[in-house]
Amino acid sequence: MGQEITTSQLRKWLLAYAARIIENEAHLTKLDTAIGDADHGVNMRRGMSKLKERLKEEKQSEDVSSFLRSVAMTLISGIGGAAGPLYGTFFLRAATSPTNGSSIDLVQLTQMFRYGLDGLQQRGKAQADDKTMIDTMQPAVEAMEAALAAHQSPAVILAAARQAAHLGMKHTIEIEARKGRASYLGPHSIGHQDPGATSAYFLFETAAEVFTKTGAG
Amino acid sequence: MIGLVIVSHSAKLAEGVRELAVQMAGDEVGISQAGGLPDDAQALGTDAFKILSAIEEVWCEDGVLLLMDVGSSVMSAEIALEMLPEQQRRKCLLSNAPLVEGAIVAALHAGLGEPLQTVNAVAEAALSTPKLANTG
Repeated sequence: MGQEITTSQLRKWLLAYAARIIENEAHLTKLDTAIGDADHGVNMRRGMSKLKERLKEEKQSEDVSSFLRSVAMTLISGIGGAAGPLYGTFFLRAATSPTNGSSIDLVQLTQMFRYGLDGLQQRGKAQADDKTMIDTMQPAVEAMEAALAAHQSPAVILAAARQAAHLGMKHTIEIEARKGRASYLGPHSIGHQDPGATSAYFLFETAAEVFTKTGAG
Repeated sequence: MIGLVIVSHSAKLAEGVRELAVQMAGDEVGISQAGGLPDDAQALGTDAFKILSAIEEVWCEDGVLLLMDVGSSVMSAEIALEMLPEQQRRKCLLSNAPLVEGAIVAALHAGLGEPLQTVNAVAEAALSTPKLANTG
């Protein structure tokens, strides 16, 4: 894999993610009002404002692992609500994935998402079709792995992840919640898109935008 | 003598449960609380770093039992434990006990000098202790 993603590109990605979440605060609130406790928009906006501040600080490590770890610490404390420990764990585990020091290649980027997803699953105990973030992340990571195995170009790999994430997010509309606050609603949760699956989708959407723009395609 | 940590989404609830537990335990048992979010005492939520400080506040070699309310309390407590050094982590235990009843029972038994596992077992048994005579 030729393309290297540096820590500064990872920073650009997460700045784009933070901006996308902040733009979508009202949308996330609306989704969470339908099937949850209406706090996902506010919580994510709070976390993302903290993340933006942190990412704009001047003195920052160029080491990928320390960078991801500091993102995790910011989100654990910054988001509040169940999304804090979940996104925090995603990045904590992502920080333990293999790197080249101050950059990662596409294989390592895929591994980073895989480590994060596995951590998330361990922490939240959710499975596919429980109507959670996992329904976005699992198909996205699997699509990346499949595209990578098929020797696709970076642009194709990232587009595959984004598309699978999008389908996964939309799939949450059709299914009944079995985890989180929405599970108290049982069958009434059907017909509503999961807010966590939605905020998780933006990770892949912004990754495809930022990494495709800055690298070879 | 073990220490206790009360974890809740609400700072007020955590403080209130601690108050009840202290009354049962007397002054000797270390009981700390981690409720709400760090910057805003009114905002509901749990914070792993707050829980970590609460563990350190009551840390002792006999161990620390953590009692939690619902949802993300458990996930935040797990993260706090992962941040501890290994030798401390293995002396910390997350309890499945109901928060209020569990904290009261745990405080009482911690005050008697019982070991971590025993205190947790009696606290968890509070789950199946009926409140009303006619449901027993």
